[in-house]
Amino acid sequence: MRVHRPSSVFAGALSTVAAGIAMWGLFFLYSWCGRTAQASATSGLSGERLEYVSPIELLLSHDGSRLYVLCQQSDEVRVLDARTYKEMKRIDVGRVPRGFSLSPSGDRLYVANSWDDTVSVIDTKTLEVIATWPVTAEPSSVIGDREGKYLFVANRISNNVAVLDAKTGAEEKRLAAGRGASYITPSADGRKLYVTHVYPNPAPHRTAPQSEITVIDTQRAVVIERIALPYIAHGFHVAFSADGRLGAAAGLHPRNLVPLAHLEHGGAFTDTLTLFGPDIGEAVEIPLDELERYSVRPFGIAISTDKSKIFVSCGGSEEVIVIDVARLLHYLRENSGSHADDLSASANYVVGRIPVGHDPRGVLLTRDGAKLLVANRLEDTIGIIDTRTNKLASTIPLAGPKRLSVLRKGEQTFYTARYSFQGQIGCANCHIDSTFDGLQWDLEPDGFGRDVVDNRPIEGVKDTEPYKWNGGNPNLPTECGPRTEKFFWRAENYDDLTLTDLVLYVRSLPARPNRWRLPAGAMTAAQERGKVLFDRSVDKFHNPIPESNRCGFCHSGSKGTNQKSFDVGTRRGTDNSGLLDTPQLTNIAITGPYLHDGSANSLEQIWTIFNPEDKHGRTNDLTKDELNDLIEYLRTR
Amino acid sequence: MKALRTVATIVLMLEVPAILLGGQARSVATKVHKTVAANVKTQLPVMPRYRFENFTTANGLPDDHVFNVLVDGDRIWAATENGLGVYEGGKWKSYNTKDGLAHRAVLSLALDKRTGDVWAGTMGGLSRISGGRIDTFTQLNSGLSNDVVYGVSVEGEHVWVATAAGACMLDLRTNQWTLYNERNTPMFEIWVYGVSATPSKVYYAVWGSGLLEYDQQKKTWDKYDDPDGETEMVLFKDQGLIHEITTSVSYVEKDKIVWVATYFGDSRYDGRRWHNFLTKDSGLPSNFTNVVKGVDGNRAWFGTDKGLAYYDGVNWAVYRPSLSTGKPEMTVRDKSGNVTPVEVSTAPAHNYVLGIDFQGSDIWVATAKGLSHGIHQQ
Repeated sequence: MRVHRPSSVFAGALSTVAAGIAMWGLFFLYSWCGRTAQASATSGLSGERLEYVSPIELLLSHDGSRLYVLCQQSDEVRVLDARTYKEMKRIDVGRVPRGFSLSPSGDRLYVANSWDDTVSVIDTKTLEVIATWPVTAEPSSVIGDREGKYLFVANRISNNVAVLDAKTGAEEKRLAAGRGASYITPSADGRKLYVTHVYPNPAPHRTAPQSEITVIDTQRAVVIERIALPYIAHGFHVAFSADGRLGAAAGLHPRNLVPLAHLEHGGAFTDTLTLFGPDIGEAVEIPLDELERYSVRPFGIAISTDKSKIFVSCGGSEEVIVIDVARLLHYLRENSGSHADDLSASANYVVGRIPVGHDPRGVLLTRDGAKLLVANRLEDTIGIIDTRTNKLASTIPLAGPKRLSVLRKGEQTFYTARYSFQGQIGCANCHIDSTFDGLQWDLEPDGFGRDVVDNRPIEGVKDTEPYKWNGGNPNLPTECGPRTEKFFWRAENYDDLTLTDLVLYVRSLPARPNRWRLPAGAMTAAQERGKVLFDRSVDKFHNPIPESNRCGFCHSGSKGTNQKSFDVGTRRGTDNSGLLDTPQLTNIAITGPYLHDGSANSLEQIWTIFNPEDKHGRTNDLTKDELNDLIEYLRTR
Repeated sequence: MKALRTVATIVLMLEVPAILLGGQARSVATKVHKTVAANVKTQLPVMPRYRFENFTTANGLPDDHVFNVLVDGDRIWAATENGLGVYEGGKWKSYNTKDGLAHRAVLSLALDKRTGDVWAGTMGGLSRISGGRIDTFTQLNSGLSNDVVYGVSVEGEHVWVATAAGACMLDLRTNQWTLYNERNTPMFEIWVYGVSATPSKVYYAVWGSGLLEYDQQKKTWDKYDDPDGETEMVLFKDQGLIHEITTSVSYVEKDKIVWVATYFGDSRYDGRRWHNFLTKDSGLPSNFTNVVKGVDGNRAWFGTDKGLAYYDGVNWAVYRPSLSTGKPEMTVRDKSGNVTPVEVSTAPAHNYVLGIDFQGSDIWVATAKGLSHGIHQQ
């Protein structure tokens, strides 16, 4: 989210607009639910966009004197004294920075700016940005090799790892990674890079999700291996022990192939680590959850230098868990194979659960191993954990607003798991980083085994009501409130203001920049040809196309939906109805799979396979070239 | 007609010295000439000799029918009728549809030298093998023009593809597919058999539509046809492409020479002049040529239905099991047309040669009945 600085005219205008939206939202919500606000509407009434910091990753300088804090919302790196935590400097970088790393010599700090597709190069002596290099698309982490020859950038949207010349930033090539390439971790000897992915790889319809760890040889700069992560849909950070013999990858293991009928016993997700390396042998997946305590959305990992403990930050459950490595290895020796389904397993090796702040993300062990630092993203603090006692020793606030805005509270509500039964899941479990998950779910209200639906993205979702594929939810308060509480959270926990905050946060989500659009509204020749097809009213045989069968009729307006339902001939035997809400086209290029049940793995398949009767637009008169043109245009939406 | 013959003769006379300009070809020619001058007897031209080791299903190859072969460092990829084989460390490993391969019948192979990814054209789409993962592109799930992929060539960020319904190019940077067919290129048939892509030019061998050339800088197409337009006759030899039914193309960018194979002879083009090769006036063992692979501007290998042939700019060598006895055979044809048998104990697995690639001074040969590794001798 772009920060709107209070000093600017633009910021003031936006704040006013946002406040208006907030007020409208509150009014609407109260009108809709007929409830009475239970609490005084303090900051919740303002709706202002405050300049929060949102620390997401942490790094220590090579000499250990400085702590670098990557701040996602304020678009900056903050430099703190690593001993006193006093702020030394703020360095502006690009939009929504998501990952950073130091060069082998420590004289450069590289920052991946995910929303403007750049890498910022910071001179760590002067603490100034000395270069900004273009990359693509949605860079989420960046790291160099030990020789200082290459820089590797994980691109979340283009699903690859770009290899740059570390001296000039010139892109030399791109390596095919998995879907949603996001986090890069070097092996202990630095010879290999391990890349994890936030979205599952494409797979046949209604099969178990699978992700991978893409392994790159840093000297040859080629992919040499892909460690399969069966059942893992969303991967986050990886960590290695100092001896390189133990690797651990944080991941989410969804239960989306069975009806989402309950949350008991991890009915929706299991939060897991996948362990690999010589200490483990064949990779195994271990659960972090217990029957009544869940370690929701494991993200950052650190392994103590003596390999006695593994620390894992869990964004949804707002804690850091501690794993005893000796007990873990003993358990694995006694119990071979993966254990994701066994929620009694973690009691054998999880030895501590340390509450921290809102949405803890990046973790960092100090050099002496005495402290673990945690970036509490939605609290603008850094938690300091005493690793001997496994207790939170202190919390360091980062300079910034102290009040909580409506949007901030809504974002906290979105990312926490505290509102669901046993604190098992939160909105962000299925809307990874406020986007989508690439999965299909069988939800209860339509009947078990009925109406299996693809999870629709929520960026730019404002003003696209009704919601749900059947259009059953007229507005976001319904979608996010009772429907979610009943069928997802299995708990009645939202009060009116909390729901208002959440709804306003969701409404505030902007669409990510579209990477297929040319500057100033220009189009490639193929995109122009495709637009003509999208807008056409006559087919190639000069027959008029009925209005309801033109692309541009249902997918009208800036978001590509006329907000009405149609039968486009995609009904399956398990569907209760063929009438489907017209989905918005926002960033359609990256939000596959497609159709209401996710049966089309690519945009092409919508028309090459699933439109035999021309009910989903008149397309069967098109040649392959023309269909390609149409798709090139759709990618610009 | 007489005037045309005169022109053809002049072109031919000009062509021979031009072919001889390459270093090795010139030295070989000189050596032969000096030898002849010094001795009364003609000395056999020095041609590469190989000890062939052959692979079949008996020693791990997925299938004996091998359409293509690709050398990837120490790894050898074999495109067979029943899967993709990779030979590494003395062992074969196979990929098939259960592993995600687009189709069991693999027709073509290309290596992305930058990333190490291997692209495999099959009878059911195009597959990318990357770090052990296979991604498949078909005409249904992607912009690929047709699922029968006869040829593939990777150049930079672009994957150039030859299919049974036109050519196409995948831009790996944008994931955009661009289709080339009768609507936007000079090709009037769309059965595209082979492709050779380089930074400056991309050549397509179009079955029945000659040779198509794409200029990467100008973004323009050009087309080369058989000047006589006749299927059975060669009326204007060395005045253009030997035949419209092209099967394979190999562009040697450093020398700006394109080699073209057809089912009715082969051609070499230097941008100004054509030189055609027929069995009746060269050492080509058969006009029916499946594949050509240029080494440089003067040297090339030809895979025919009657054996493997090497041309060094002057002389020819043919490697095959004897057409009559099946015993290993190597023959050398010098510039005067004298054909001399050379005693050998091994030969490629079969006469019907479909693919060729090089591993240092060794050669790998895909045949209709096995894969052959020609280990260079001397």
